[in-house]
Amino acid sequence: MKIGVLALQGAFIEHQHILERLGVETVQVRLPAQLEGLDGLIIPGGESTTIGKLAVDFGLLEPLRQFGKQRAIWGTCAGAIFLSKDARRDQPILGIMDIVVERNAFGRQVNSFEIELEMPFLPGQNGRVYPFRAVFIRAPLIEKVWGGASVLVSLPDGRIVAARQGKLLATSFHPELTDDDRFHRYFLELVQSPFEP
Amino acid sequence: MEQEVATFAVKKGLAQMLKGGVIMDVVTPEHARIAEDAGAVAVMALERVPADIRAHGGVARMSDPELILRIMEAVSIPVMAKCRIGHFVEAQILEALGVDYVDESEVLTPADEEHHINKHQFKVPFVCGARNLGEALRRIGEGAAMIRTKGEAGTGDVVEAVRHARAVLGEIRRLQNLPEEELMAFAKEIGAPYELVVETRQLGRLPVVNFAAGGIATPADAALMMQLGMDGVFVGSGIFKSGDPARRAAAIVKAVTHYNEPKILAEISRNLGEPMVGRQISSIPETELIAQRGW
Repeated sequence: MKIGVLALQGAFIEHQHILERLGVETVQVRLPAQLEGLDGLIIPGGESTTIGKLAVDFGLLEPLRQFGKQRAIWGTCAGAIFLSKDARRDQPILGIMDIVVERNAFGRQVNSFEIELEMPFLPGQNGRVYPFRAVFIRAPLIEKVWGGASVLVSLPDGRIVAARQGKLLATSFHPELTDDDRFHRYFLELVQSPFEP
Repeated sequence: MEQEVATFAVKKGLAQMLKGGVIMDVVTPEHARIAEDAGAVAVMALERVPADIRAHGGVARMSDPELILRIMEAVSIPVMAKCRIGHFVEAQILEALGVDYVDESEVLTPADEEHHINKHQFKVPFVCGARNLGEALRRIGEGAAMIRTKGEAGTGDVVEAVRHARAVLGEIRRLQNLPEEELMAFAKEIGAPYELVVETRQLGRLPVVNFAAGGIATPADAALMMQLGMDGVFVGSGIFKSGDPARRAAAIVKAVTHYNEPKILAEISRNLGEPMVGRQISSIPETELIAQRGW
């Protein structure tokens, strides 16, 4: 299995480190040709305006949209904004997931936080189920899901912070900033699952 | 389930999100929008860029909160602002304004010639300059969540940034080759907290994100710092003191992404207009050098 990590800007190395620890081959993607032969792609956290602009400048928007029609893509934070159909702001996005995302929904950096969230779909060790430590940094919120998208994780107050649509996955938090690799393993299962349109 | 704010993971995490990006000095909301449109990952809100601080002389202080707030309103990307070394009240004010990062910066006139700010006490994260590994680890020990080279701000001469990057990375390489029993003496030699020396050796890199700053003026300068192993770049005077800021800013952003592709670098370096007028560091009297500030 070969997973690409969009390396235009942001925390892409953190994702690579976790995947490599899981024995997965990774490739940094900065140009369209580098998408070839990949089984899945992670769009990392970073600044969504920067990633969007570079994706336009280097001709990646359309190739990424095509990629997402066949194969798995996981967007964390800025990556989730990039996958959305509506970011409530005029900036380049892929527009392939039925979600509305609000940028910086929790406020500025001093409001960034960590919280343990119940994610029963993540397998614990020895069948034990325990919460996942989610790190939110100037994080976006998934304001609304519709169509093919469904809610995967919510905060205790009900606000949506992760969604899934077929092989597309969006999280407002950063599993790559923790040592817990369960979310990455969940994504790898998605990569290998049969395609459901 | 409790929300925890201002943990070190959250402070350091924002810097991790800025990696592979360009942080640009801006002095007006218009500049800030140009920087955002060009693809900056963050802006540093200032009254004067370092080149003008040098030219202007006098005491350089924290910028007017009004200006910082107007810049925060103008853009959606993170906004940083500078306080003087050791001036913890300027830092408190910047935190109260809600800036996303505070730069305890040698570019401003130091307020304390012995002590830096105790940065652990703040919710807002700090970035600090360093010329070598000892200085970097002392700042991290005080709570800095991000490090940058000092370089020599406001000169357009990249030589000091290169010197500081090579010093930090070279010392880390040396550290990795030391046997464990020599670590305490090494910590003593460079004046760094022992625990951070051990952690750095184990990681093979600084425990926080490490950007280049001070004298970067062209896409090639930016790519040079990335190839040396920096995580991203700050560009101060180099953009808005050049002939065509928007174009140069966009080119430097692309150069930091494609730092390892000479053909792309050649393409994006074409026709950028006049770079900032530089000042060779060897021509500056030693008393006017900024990088020496900080202890």
